[in-house]
Amino acid sequence: MSGIDIELARLMATLMLVVSFMLLYQDRLAGLINAYALQSGLLALAVAAQAHAQEAPHLYVTALLALVVKGLAIPLALHRIVLRLGVHREIEKVIGVGTTMLFGLAVTMLAVLVVLPVTETAAALTREDLGFALAIVLLGLLTMISRRNAVSQVIGFMSLENGLILAATGARGMPLVVEVSVAFSILIAFIVVGIFLFRIRERFDSVDVHALDRFRGELP
Amino acid sequence: MAGLIDIFAQGLEMLLVVGLAPLLVGWVRKVKAHVFRRRGPSLLQPYRDLLRLFSKDALLAENASWISRTAPYVVFAAVWVAAALIPTFAAGLVFHWAADLIAIVGLFGLARFALAVAGMDVGTSFGGIGSSREMLLASLAEPAMLMVVFTISLFAGSSQLASIVDFVLAGGIGIRPSLGLALVAVAIVAIAENARIPVDNPATHLELTMVHEAMVFEYSGRHLAMIEAAAAVKLLAWLSLIAAIFLPFGMAPGPHSGFGAMAVGLLAWLAKLAVLATLLGLFEASIAKMRVFRVPEFLGGAFALGVLATVLLFVSRGL
Repeated sequence: MSGIDIELARLMATLMLVVSFMLLYQDRLAGLINAYALQSGLLALAVAAQAHAQEAPHLYVTALLALVVKGLAIPLALHRIVLRLGVHREIEKVIGVGTTMLFGLAVTMLAVLVVLPVTETAAALTREDLGFALAIVLLGLLTMISRRNAVSQVIGFMSLENGLILAATGARGMPLVVEVSVAFSILIAFIVVGIFLFRIRERFDSVDVHALDRFRGELP
Repeated sequence: MAGLIDIFAQGLEMLLVVGLAPLLVGWVRKVKAHVFRRRGPSLLQPYRDLLRLFSKDALLAENASWISRTAPYVVFAAVWVAAALIPTFAAGLVFHWAADLIAIVGLFGLARFALAVAGMDVGTSFGGIGSSREMLLASLAEPAMLMVVFTISLFAGSSQLASIVDFVLAGGIGIRPSLGLALVAVAIVAIAENARIPVDNPATHLELTMVHEAMVFEYSGRHLAMIEAAAAVKLLAWLSLIAAIFLPFGMAPGPHSGFGAMAVGLLAWLAKLAVLATLLGLFEASIAKMRVFRVPEFLGGAFALGVLATVLLFVSRGL
Protein backbone atom coordinates (compact mmCIF):
# COMPACT_ATOMS: atom_id res chain seq x y z
CA MET A 1 0.00 0.00 0.00
CA SER A 2 1.80 3.11 -1.16
CA GLY A 3 1.13 6.70 -0.22
CA ILE A 4 0.20 8.09 -3.60
CA ASP A 5 -3.02 6.13 -4.13
CA ILE A 6 -4.21 7.02 -0.66
CA GLU A 7 -3.66 10.68 -1.49
CA LEU A 8 -5.45 10.13 -4.79
CA ALA A 9 -8.42 8.40 -3.17
CA ARG A 10 -8.65 11.20 -0.63
CA LEU A 11 -8.44 13.85 -3.33
CA MET A 12 -11.15 12.18 -5.41
CA ALA A 13 -13.45 11.82 -2.39
CA THR A 14 -12.96 15.52 -1.65
CA LEU A 15 -13.70 16.47 -5.23
CA MET A 16 -16.87 14.36 -5.11
CA LEU A 17 -17.95 16.35 -2.09
CA VAL A 18 -17.27 19.61 -3.95
CA VAL A 19 -19.29 18.35 -6.91
CA SER A 20 -22.14 17.59 -4.50
CA PHE A 21 -22.10 21.29 -3.66
CA MET A 22 -22.09 22.06 -7.38
CA LEU A 23 -25.25 19.95 -7.66
CA LEU A 24 -26.83 22.09 -4.96
CA TYR A 25 -25.69 25.30 -6.65
CA GLN A 26 -26.43 24.44 -10.28
CA ASP A 27 -29.75 25.78 -11.48
CA ARG A 28 -29.93 24.44 -15.00
CA LEU A 29 -30.82 20.86 -15.83
CA ALA A 30 -28.07 20.34 -18.41
CA GLY A 31 -25.46 21.61 -15.96
CA LEU A 32 -26.94 19.44 -13.23
CA ILE A 33 -26.67 16.31 -15.38
CA ASN A 34 -23.10 17.16 -16.37
CA ALA A 35 -22.16 17.69 -12.73
CA TYR A 36 -23.65 14.30 -11.92
CA ALA A 37 -21.61 12.71 -14.73
CA LEU A 38 -18.50 14.41 -13.33
CA GLN A 39 -19.23 13.06 -9.87
CA SER A 40 -19.65 9.56 -11.24
CA GLY A 41 -16.36 9.83 -13.10
CA LEU A 42 -14.65 10.96 -9.91
CA LEU A 43 -16.27 8.05 -8.09
CA ALA A 44 -14.78 5.69 -10.67
CA LEU A 45 -11.32 7.17 -10.06
CA ALA A 46 -11.75 7.04 -6.28
CA VAL A 47 -12.79 3.40 -6.43
CA ALA A 48 -9.90 2.55 -8.74
CA ALA A 49 -7.49 4.22 -6.31
CA GLN A 50 -9.06 2.23 -3.48
CA ALA A 51 -8.69 -0.95 -5.53
CA HIS A 52 -4.98 -0.23 -5.87
CA ALA A 53 -4.61 0.73 -2.22
CA GLN A 54 -6.42 -2.34 -0.91
CA GLU A 55 -5.02 -4.65 -3.62
CA ALA A 56 -8.54 -5.79 -4.36
CA PRO A 57 -8.88 -6.37 -8.13
CA HIS A 58 -12.66 -6.83 -8.07
CA LEU A 59 -12.99 -3.15 -7.15
CA TYR A 60 -11.70 -2.31 -10.63
CA VAL A 61 -14.92 -3.88 -11.94
CA THR A 62 -16.86 -1.57 -9.64
CA ALA A 63 -14.89 1.40 -10.97
CA LEU A 64 -15.61 0.37 -14.55
CA LEU A 65 -19.31 -0.06 -13.78
CA ALA A 66 -19.41 3.38 -12.18
CA LEU A 67 -17.71 4.96 -15.19
CA VAL A 68 -19.76 3.27 -17.92
CA VAL A 69 -23.18 3.12 -16.32
CA LYS A 70 -23.24 6.20 -14.13
CA GLY A 71 -20.63 8.35 -15.85
CA LEU A 72 -21.85 7.84 -19.41
CA ALA A 73 -25.07 5.86 -19.92
CA ILE A 74 -27.34 7.45 -17.32
CA PRO A 75 -26.26 11.07 -18.03
CA LEU A 76 -26.76 10.55 -21.78
CA ALA A 77 -30.18 9.03 -21.18
CA LEU A 78 -31.06 11.89 -18.82
CA HIS A 79 -30.03 14.45 -21.43
CA ARG A 80 -32.36 12.73 -23.93
CA ILE A 81 -35.21 12.59 -21.43
CA VAL A 82 -34.79 16.28 -20.63
CA LEU A 83 -34.86 17.16 -24.32
CA ARG A 84 -37.92 15.02 -24.99
CA LEU A 85 -39.74 16.40 -21.98
CA GLY A 86 -38.89 19.89 -23.17
CA VAL A 87 -37.78 21.03 -19.71
CA HIS A 88 -34.23 22.22 -20.52
CA ARG A 89 -34.93 25.56 -18.87
CA GLU A 90 -34.29 26.81 -15.35
CA ILE A 91 -35.04 24.75 -12.28
CA GLU A 92 -37.48 26.13 -9.79
CA LYS A 93 -36.11 25.91 -6.30
CA VAL A 94 -38.05 25.65 -3.10
CA ILE A 95 -35.51 27.73 -1.16
CA GLY A 96 -32.78 30.04 -2.44
CA VAL A 97 -29.24 29.07 -3.36
CA GLY A 98 -27.62 30.82 -0.40
CA THR A 99 -29.82 29.12 2.17
CA THR A 100 -29.37 25.76 0.48
CA MET A 101 -25.58 26.15 0.50
CA LEU A 102 -25.63 27.04 4.20
CA PHE A 103 -27.77 23.98 4.89
CA GLY A 104 -25.28 21.98 2.85
CA LEU A 105 -22.37 23.21 4.95
CA ALA A 106 -24.24 22.44 8.15
CA VAL A 107 -25.05 18.94 6.90
CA THR A 108 -21.40 18.35 5.96
CA MET A 109 -20.22 19.38 9.41
CA LEU A 110 -22.88 17.16 10.94
CA ALA A 111 -21.60 14.21 8.91
CA VAL A 112 -18.03 14.87 10.00
CA LEU A 113 -19.00 15.28 13.65
CA VAL A 114 -21.00 12.06 13.58
CA VAL A 115 -18.45 9.90 11.79
CA LEU A 116 -15.22 10.98 13.46
CA PRO A 117 -15.95 9.94 17.08
CA VAL A 118 -17.58 6.66 16.00
CA THR A 119 -14.72 5.39 13.87
CA GLU A 120 -11.75 6.08 16.10
CA THR A 121 -10.28 2.62 15.64
CA ALA A 122 -10.56 2.56 11.85
CA ALA A 123 -7.76 3.42 9.43
CA ALA A 124 -7.43 7.09 8.48
CA LEU A 125 -8.50 6.59 4.88
CA THR A 126 -11.61 4.61 5.85
CA ARG A 127 -12.56 7.30 8.33
CA GLU A 128 -12.24 10.06 5.80
CA ASP A 129 -14.09 8.10 3.17
CA LEU A 130 -16.92 7.37 5.57
CA GLY A 131 -17.16 11.02 6.57
CA PHE A 132 -17.18 12.22 2.97
CA ALA A 133 -19.61 9.48 1.95
CA LEU A 134 -22.08 10.36 4.67
CA ALA A 135 -21.80 14.03 3.68
CA ILE A 136 -22.42 13.17 0.02
CA VAL A 137 -25.44 11.03 0.95
CA LEU A 138 -26.91 13.84 3.04
CA LEU A 139 -26.18 16.42 0.34
CA GLY A 140 -27.93 14.16 -2.18
CA LEU A 141 -30.95 14.09 0.11
CA LEU A 142 -30.76 17.87 0.40
CA THR A 143 -30.66 18.17 -3.40
CA MET A 144 -33.77 16.00 -3.55
CA ILE A 145 -35.76 18.00 -1.05
CA SER A 146 -34.66 21.44 -2.26
CA ARG A 147 -35.88 20.85 -5.82
CA ARG A 148 -39.37 20.62 -7.21
CA ASN A 149 -38.45 19.33 -10.63
CA ALA A 150 -38.73 15.53 -10.79
CA VAL A 151 -35.65 15.19 -13.03
CA SER A 152 -33.41 17.01 -10.55
CA GLN A 153 -34.82 14.89 -7.75
CA VAL A 154 -33.75 11.82 -9.70
CA ILE A 155 -30.25 13.30 -9.98
CA GLY A 156 -30.17 13.95 -6.24
CA PHE A 157 -31.09 10.31 -5.70
CA MET A 158 -28.35 9.10 -8.04
CA SER A 159 -25.79 11.33 -6.33
CA LEU A 160 -26.88 9.88 -2.98
CA GLU A 161 -26.17 6.43 -4.39
CA ASN A 162 -22.68 7.61 -5.43
CA GLY A 163 -22.05 8.41 -1.78
CA LEU A 164 -23.20 4.93 -0.77
CA ILE A 165 -20.81 3.28 -3.22
CA LEU A 166 -17.98 5.46 -1.92
CA ALA A 167 -18.71 4.32 1.64
CA ALA A 168 -18.99 0.68 0.58
CA THR A 169 -15.67 0.62 -1.25
CA GLY A 170 -13.94 2.43 1.60
CA ALA A 171 -14.68 -0.54 3.86
CA ARG A 172 -12.59 -3.60 3.17
CA GLY A 173 -13.99 -6.68 1.51
CA MET A 174 -17.29 -5.75 -0.04
CA PRO A 175 -18.29 -8.69 -2.25
CA LEU A 176 -18.66 -8.07 -5.96
CA VAL A 177 -22.11 -9.66 -6.00
CA VAL A 178 -23.43 -6.93 -3.74
CA GLU A 179 -21.85 -4.26 -5.91
CA VAL A 180 -23.25 -5.66 -9.16
CA SER A 181 -26.72 -6.07 -7.72
CA VAL A 182 -26.66 -2.49 -6.40
CA ALA A 183 -25.58 -1.21 -9.80
CA PHE A 184 -28.39 -3.08 -11.50
CA SER A 185 -30.99 -2.01 -9.00
CA ILE A 186 -29.94 1.57 -9.67
CA LEU A 187 -30.35 0.98 -13.38
CA ILE A 188 -33.78 -0.55 -12.84
CA ALA A 189 -34.75 2.33 -10.55
CA PHE A 190 -33.59 4.73 -13.24
CA ILE A 191 -35.73 3.03 -15.89
CA VAL A 192 -38.77 2.96 -13.62
CA VAL A 193 -38.29 6.62 -12.74
CA GLY A 194 -37.85 7.45 -16.43
CA ILE A 195 -41.18 5.83 -17.30
CA PHE A 196 -42.72 7.49 -14.26
CA LEU A 197 -41.50 10.90 -15.43
CA PHE A 198 -43.26 10.56 -18.75
CA ARG A 199 -46.43 9.39 -16.98
CA ILE A 200 -46.33 12.49 -14.73
CA ARG A 201 -45.80 14.72 -17.73
CA GLU A 202 -48.63 13.08 -19.67
CA ARG A 203 -51.05 13.59 -16.83
CA PHE A 204 -50.08 17.03 -15.57
CA ASP A 205 -48.23 18.68 -18.49
CA SER A 206 -45.30 19.37 -16.15
CA VAL A 207 -42.67 17.53 -14.11
CA ASP A 208 -43.11 19.80 -11.13
CA VAL A 209 -43.85 17.38 -8.30
CA HIS A 210 -46.06 19.93 -6.60
CA ALA A 211 -48.61 19.03 -9.25
CA LEU A 212 -48.85 15.66 -7.50
CA ASP A 213 -49.51 17.31 -4.16
CA ARG A 214 -52.24 19.42 -5.68
CA PHE A 215 -53.74 16.34 -7.30
CA ARG A 216 -53.92 14.57 -3.96
CA GLY A 217 -55.61 17.62 -2.52
CA GLU A 218 -52.73 18.36 -0.12
CA LEU A 219 -52.16 21.84 -1.46
CA PRO A 220 -54.90 24.40 -2.01
CA MET B 1 19.67 44.06 13.91
CA ALA B 2 18.69 45.32 10.50
CA GLY B 3 21.84 45.65 8.47
CA LEU B 4 22.38 47.48 5.23
CA ILE B 5 21.55 44.40 3.15
CA ASP B 6 18.21 43.99 4.89
CA ILE B 7 17.25 47.57 4.22
CA PHE B 8 18.44 47.31 0.64
CA ALA B 9 16.43 44.12 0.01
CA GLN B 10 13.30 45.56 1.57
CA GLY B 11 13.69 48.81 -0.37
CA LEU B 12 14.20 46.89 -3.60
CA GLU B 13 11.04 44.91 -2.94
CA MET B 14 9.01 48.04 -2.24
CA LEU B 15 10.25 49.71 -5.41
CA LEU B 16 9.70 46.60 -7.49
CA VAL B 17 6.08 46.09 -6.41
CA VAL B 18 5.23 49.63 -7.43
CA GLY B 19 7.41 49.65 -10.53
CA LEU B 20 6.15 46.37 -11.92
CA ALA B 21 2.47 46.74 -11.08
CA PRO B 22 1.49 48.74 -14.21
CA LEU B 23 3.45 46.29 -16.34
CA LEU B 24 1.39 43.46 -14.83
CA VAL B 25 -1.84 45.27 -15.70
CA GLY B 26 -0.52 45.82 -19.21
CA TRP B 27 0.33 42.13 -19.46
CA VAL B 28 -3.19 41.03 -18.45
CA ARG B 29 -4.66 43.41 -21.04
CA LYS B 30 -2.26 42.10 -23.67
CA VAL B 31 -3.27 38.49 -22.96
CA LYS B 32 -6.94 39.37 -23.22
CA ALA B 33 -6.39 41.32 -26.45
CA HIS B 34 -4.48 38.36 -27.85
CA VAL B 35 -7.36 35.98 -27.07
CA PHE B 36 -9.75 38.36 -28.80
CA ARG B 37 -7.35 38.37 -31.81
CA ARG B 38 -6.59 42.04 -31.41
CA ARG B 39 -3.13 43.48 -31.15
CA GLY B 40 -3.94 45.39 -27.97
CA PRO B 41 -2.16 48.37 -26.47
CA SER B 42 1.54 48.28 -25.71
CA LEU B 43 2.70 46.71 -22.48
CA LEU B 44 3.86 50.15 -21.38
CA GLN B 45 0.46 51.80 -21.91
CA PRO B 46 -0.49 51.73 -18.17
CA TYR B 47 2.72 53.71 -17.40
CA ARG B 48 1.79 56.26 -20.05
CA ASP B 49 -1.73 56.52 -18.65
CA LEU B 50 -0.35 57.14 -15.17
CA LEU B 51 2.09 59.77 -16.45
CA ARG B 52 -0.66 61.53 -18.36
CA LEU B 53 -2.91 61.57 -15.29
CA PHE B 54 -0.10 62.87 -13.08
CA SER B 55 0.57 65.79 -15.44
CA LYS B 56 -3.07 66.86 -15.50
CA ASP B 57 -4.81 69.14 -13.04
CA ALA B 58 -6.84 67.47 -10.33
CA LEU B 59 -10.40 68.72 -10.32
CA LEU B 60 -12.65 68.23 -7.35
CA ALA B 61 -16.34 68.82 -6.90
CA GLU B 62 -17.27 72.06 -5.10
CA ASN B 63 -18.62 70.31 -2.04
CA ALA B 64 -15.77 67.80 -1.77
CA SER B 65 -14.35 67.66 1.75
CA TRP B 66 -10.89 66.67 2.98
CA ILE B 67 -11.98 63.05 2.68
CA SER B 68 -11.99 63.28 -1.09
CA ARG B 69 -8.56 64.89 -1.08
CA THR B 70 -6.85 62.43 1.26
CA ALA B 71 -8.55 59.17 0.31
CA PRO B 72 -6.43 58.45 -2.80
CA TYR B 73 -3.24 58.70 -0.76
CA VAL B 74 -4.62 56.58 2.08
CA VAL B 75 -5.69 53.93 -0.41
CA PHE B 76 -2.33 53.89 -2.11
CA ALA B 77 -0.39 53.87 1.16
CA ALA B 78 -2.41 51.00 2.65
CA VAL B 79 -2.09 48.90 -0.48
CA TRP B 80 1.62 49.65 -0.81
CA VAL B 81 2.32 48.65 2.78
CA ALA B 82 0.34 45.43 2.27
CA ALA B 83 2.34 44.70 -0.88
CA ALA B 84 5.60 45.39 0.96
CA LEU B 85 4.63 42.90 3.69
CA ILE B 86 3.92 40.03 1.33
CA PRO B 87 7.01 37.92 0.61
CA THR B 88 7.77 38.20 -3.09
CA PHE B 89 11.25 37.08 -4.09
CA ALA B 90 12.66 36.50 -0.61
CA ALA B 91 11.14 35.60 2.72
CA GLY B 92 12.34 37.08 5.98
CA LEU B 93 12.85 40.70 4.91
CA VAL B 94 12.85 43.46 7.52
CA PHE B 95 9.11 44.09 7.51
CA HIS B 96 8.14 40.45 7.42
CA TRP B 97 7.83 40.08 11.17
CA ALA B 98 4.67 42.17 10.72
CA ALA B 99 3.45 40.21 7.71
CA ASP B 100 0.54 38.57 9.40
CA LEU B 101 -2.20 37.34 7.05
CA ILE B 102 -4.85 39.00 9.17
CA ALA B 103 -2.90 42.28 9.11
CA ILE B 104 -2.76 42.12 5.32
CA VAL B 105 -6.49 41.47 5.08
CA GLY B 106 -6.93 44.43 7.43
CA LEU B 107 -4.80 46.72 5.28
CA PHE B 108 -6.83 45.84 2.20
CA GLY B 109 -9.92 46.50 4.30
CA LEU B 110 -8.60 49.93 5.24
CA ALA B 111 -8.01 50.79 1.58
CA ARG B 112 -11.50 49.64 0.71
CA PHE B 113 -13.02 51.65 3.55
CA ALA B 114 -11.21 54.85 2.46
CA LEU B 115 -12.35 54.44 -1.12
CA ALA B 116 -15.95 53.69 -0.14
CA VAL B 117 -16.10 56.75 2.10
CA ALA B 118 -14.62 58.88 -0.67
CA GLY B 119 -17.19 57.54 -3.09
CA MET B 120 -19.97 58.84 -0.87
CA ASP B 121 -18.24 62.12 -0.01
CA VAL B 122 -19.46 64.25 -2.91
CA GLY B 123 -22.96 62.84 -2.71
CA THR B 124 -23.50 61.80 -6.32
CA SER B 125 -25.69 58.80 -6.93
CA PHE B 126 -23.03 56.92 -8.85
CA GLY B 127 -20.50 57.19 -6.06
CA GLY B 128 -23.07 56.07 -3.51
CA ILE B 129 -24.17 53.06 -5.51
CA GLY B 130 -20.55 52.06 -6.09
CA SER B 131 -19.72 52.31 -2.40
CA SER B 132 -22.79 50.37 -1.38
CA ARG B 133 -22.01 47.56 -3.80
CA GLU B 134 -18.34 47.50 -2.83
CA MET B 135 -19.33 47.04 0.80
CA LEU B 136 -21.85 44.34 -0.12
CA LEU B 137 -19.14 42.41 -1.93
CA ALA B 138 -16.57 43.02 0.80
CA SER B 139 -18.90 41.72 3.50
CA LEU B 140 -19.05 38.46 1.57
CA ALA B 141 -15.43 38.26 0.41
CA GLU B 142 -13.87 38.91 3.81
CA PRO B 143 -15.43 35.95 5.68
CA ALA B 144 -14.36 33.72 2.81
CA MET B 145 -10.82 35.08 3.03
CA LEU B 146 -10.77 34.62 6.79
CA MET B 147 -11.82 30.97 6.46
CA VAL B 148 -8.89 30.48 4.09
CA VAL B 149 -6.60 32.24 6.56
CA PHE B 150 -7.80 29.89 9.31
CA THR B 151 -7.16 26.83 7.15
CA ILE B 152 -3.67 27.89 6.21
CA SER B 153 -2.81 29.00 9.74
CA LEU B 154 -3.99 25.65 11.12
CA PHE B 155 -1.66 23.93 8.68
CA ALA B 156 1.37 26.02 9.39
CA GLY B 157 0.69 26.70 13.05
CA SER B 158 1.03 30.43 12.49
CA SER B 159 -0.69 33.20 10.58
CA GLN B 160 2.62 34.88 9.79
CA LEU B 161 3.32 34.72 6.09
CA ALA B 162 7.05 34.19 6.55
CA SER B 163 6.53 31.09 8.70
CA ILE B 164 3.88 29.79 6.32
CA VAL B 165 6.34 30.14 3.45
CA ASP B 166 9.01 28.34 5.46
CA PHE B 167 6.56 25.59 6.34
CA VAL B 168 5.45 25.03 2.75
CA LEU B 169 9.04 25.21 1.47
CA ALA B 170 10.09 22.58 4.00
CA GLY B 171 7.56 20.23 2.39
CA GLY B 172 5.39 20.10 5.50
CA ILE B 173 2.14 19.94 3.59
CA GLY B 174 2.25 17.81 0.47
CA ILE B 175 -0.86 17.42 -1.66
CA ARG B 176 -3.78 18.22 0.57
CA PRO B 177 -7.35 18.48 -0.68
CA SER B 178 -8.18 21.23 1.78
CA LEU B 179 -5.29 23.29 0.44
CA GLY B 180 -6.73 22.90 -3.04
CA LEU B 181 -10.13 24.09 -1.83
CA ALA B 182 -8.46 27.03 -0.12
CA LEU B 183 -6.67 27.89 -3.37
CA VAL B 184 -9.94 28.00 -5.32
CA ALA B 185 -11.57 30.07 -2.58
CA VAL B 186 -8.67 32.53 -2.50
CA ALA B 187 -8.75 32.83 -6.30
CA ILE B 188 -12.44 33.76 -6.18
CA VAL B 189 -11.82 36.28 -3.42
CA ALA B 190 -8.88 37.76 -5.35
CA ILE B 191 -11.05 38.20 -8.43
CA ALA B 192 -13.71 39.96 -6.38
CA GLU B 193 -11.23 42.12 -4.48
CA ASN B 194 -9.50 43.29 -7.62
CA ALA B 195 -12.77 44.01 -9.43
CA ARG B 196 -11.97 41.61 -12.24
CA ILE B 197 -14.45 40.34 -14.76
CA PRO B 198 -17.10 38.00 -13.47
CA VAL B 199 -17.61 40.38 -10.56
CA ASP B 200 -16.80 43.79 -12.01
CA ASN B 201 -15.44 45.01 -15.30
CA PRO B 202 -12.21 47.01 -14.94
CA ALA B 203 -12.43 48.37 -18.49
CA THR B 204 -15.77 50.12 -18.46
CA HIS B 205 -17.06 53.49 -17.41
CA LEU B 206 -20.47 53.10 -18.95
CA GLU B 207 -22.25 50.21 -17.36
CA LEU B 208 -24.83 50.46 -14.64
CA THR B 209 -23.30 47.34 -13.12
CA MET B 210 -19.91 48.89 -12.42
CA VAL B 211 -18.65 48.86 -8.86
CA HIS B 212 -15.08 50.11 -8.56
CA GLU B 213 -15.32 52.60 -11.42
CA ALA B 214 -18.49 54.09 -9.97
CA MET B 215 -16.70 54.94 -6.73
CA VAL B 216 -13.86 56.76 -8.45
CA PHE B 217 -16.12 58.61 -10.84
CA GLU B 218 -15.42 62.02 -9.34
CA TYR B 219 -11.64 61.76 -9.42
CA SER B 220 -9.27 63.19 -11.97
CA GLY B 221 -5.62 64.08 -12.39
CA ARG B 222 -3.18 62.93 -9.77
CA HIS B 223 -5.92 61.63 -7.47
CA LEU B 224 -7.14 59.27 -10.17
CA ALA B 225 -3.53 58.33 -10.91
CA MET B 226 -3.01 57.34 -7.27
CA ILE B 227 -6.16 55.23 -7.30
CA GLU B 228 -5.26 53.55 -10.57
CA ALA B 229 -1.74 52.87 -9.31
CA ALA B 230 -3.18 51.46 -6.08
CA ALA B 231 -5.45 49.15 -8.07
CA ALA B 232 -2.46 47.91 -10.05
CA VAL B 233 -0.35 47.37 -6.91
CA LYS B 234 -3.28 45.57 -5.31
CA LEU B 235 -3.51 43.15 -8.23
CA LEU B 236 0.22 42.49 -7.97
CA ALA B 237 -0.06 42.05 -4.21
CA TRP B 238 -2.85 39.49 -4.50
CA LEU B 239 -1.04 37.49 -7.16
CA SER B 240 2.12 37.59 -5.02
CA LEU B 241 0.09 36.47 -2.01
CA ILE B 242 -1.29 33.47 -3.89
CA ALA B 243 2.20 32.69 -5.18
CA ALA B 244 3.71 33.04 -1.69
CA ILE B 245 1.23 30.72 0.00
CA PHE B 246 0.63 28.08 -2.63
CA LEU B 247 3.74 28.16 -4.84
CA PRO B 248 6.61 29.51 -2.76
CA PHE B 249 9.15 27.54 -4.80
CA GLY B 250 12.41 29.23 -5.64
CA MET B 251 11.92 31.97 -3.07
CA ALA B 252 15.14 33.01 -1.35
CA PRO B 253 15.03 32.22 2.39
CA GLY B 254 16.30 35.65 3.45
CA PRO B 255 18.31 38.69 2.48
CA HIS B 256 21.54 37.09 3.70
CA SER B 257 21.29 34.04 1.48
CA GLY B 258 23.53 35.58 -1.13
CA PHE B 259 23.14 37.26 -4.50
CA GLY B 260 22.53 34.03 -6.43
CA ALA B 261 19.59 32.90 -4.31
CA MET B 262 18.07 36.37 -4.52
CA ALA B 263 18.40 36.43 -8.32
CA VAL B 264 16.77 32.99 -8.56
CA GLY B 265 13.99 34.15 -6.25
CA LEU B 266 13.45 37.25 -8.36
CA LEU B 267 13.26 35.29 -11.60
CA ALA B 268 10.95 32.71 -10.04
CA TRP B 269 8.69 35.48 -8.73
CA LEU B 270 8.51 37.17 -12.14
CA ALA B 271 7.74 33.84 -13.81
CA LYS B 272 5.00 33.06 -11.27
CA LEU B 273 3.46 36.52 -11.75
CA ALA B 274 3.52 36.12 -15.52
CA VAL B 275 1.85 32.71 -15.34
CA LEU B 276 -0.81 33.84 -12.86
CA ALA B 277 -1.53 36.99 -14.86
CA THR B 278 -1.84 34.95 -18.05
CA LEU B 279 -4.29 32.61 -16.31
CA LEU B 280 -6.24 35.63 -15.09
CA GLY B 281 -6.38 37.08 -18.60
CA LEU B 282 -7.52 33.78 -20.10
CA PHE B 283 -10.14 33.35 -17.38
CA GLU B 284 -11.44 36.87 -17.90
CA ALA B 285 -11.60 36.44 -21.64
CA SER B 286 -13.55 33.19 -21.38
CA ILE B 287 -16.29 34.31 -19.03
CA ALA B 288 -19.05 36.90 -19.14
CA LYS B 289 -19.66 39.47 -16.47
CA MET B 290 -22.19 38.37 -13.91
CA ARG B 291 -25.28 40.27 -12.93
CA VAL B 292 -24.56 42.13 -9.72
CA PHE B 293 -27.13 40.09 -7.85
CA ARG B 294 -25.49 36.83 -8.93
CA VAL B 295 -22.18 37.91 -7.38
CA PRO B 296 -23.19 37.11 -3.76
CA GLU B 297 -23.82 33.51 -4.86
CA PHE B 298 -20.38 33.39 -6.48
CA LEU B 299 -18.71 34.71 -3.34
CA GLY B 300 -20.91 32.46 -1.21
CA GLY B 301 -19.32 29.61 -3.13
CA ALA B 302 -15.91 30.87 -2.04
CA PHE B 303 -17.10 30.99 1.55
CA ALA B 304 -18.48 27.46 1.29
CA LEU B 305 -15.15 26.22 -0.08
CA GLY B 306 -13.30 27.96 2.73
CA VAL B 307 -15.50 26.34 5.38
CA LEU B 308 -15.15 22.97 3.65
CA ALA B 309 -11.37 23.35 3.64
CA THR B 310 -11.37 23.95 7.39
CA VAL B 311 -13.74 21.04 8.03
CA LEU B 312 -11.67 18.67 5.88
CA LEU B 313 -8.60 19.67 7.79
CA PHE B 314 -10.26 18.44 10.95
CA VAL B 315 -11.32 15.24 9.20
CA SER B 316 -7.80 14.39 8.12
CA ARG B 317 -6.36 15.20 11.52
CA GLY B 318 -9.11 13.84 13.70
CA LEU B 319 -10.88 16.09 16.14
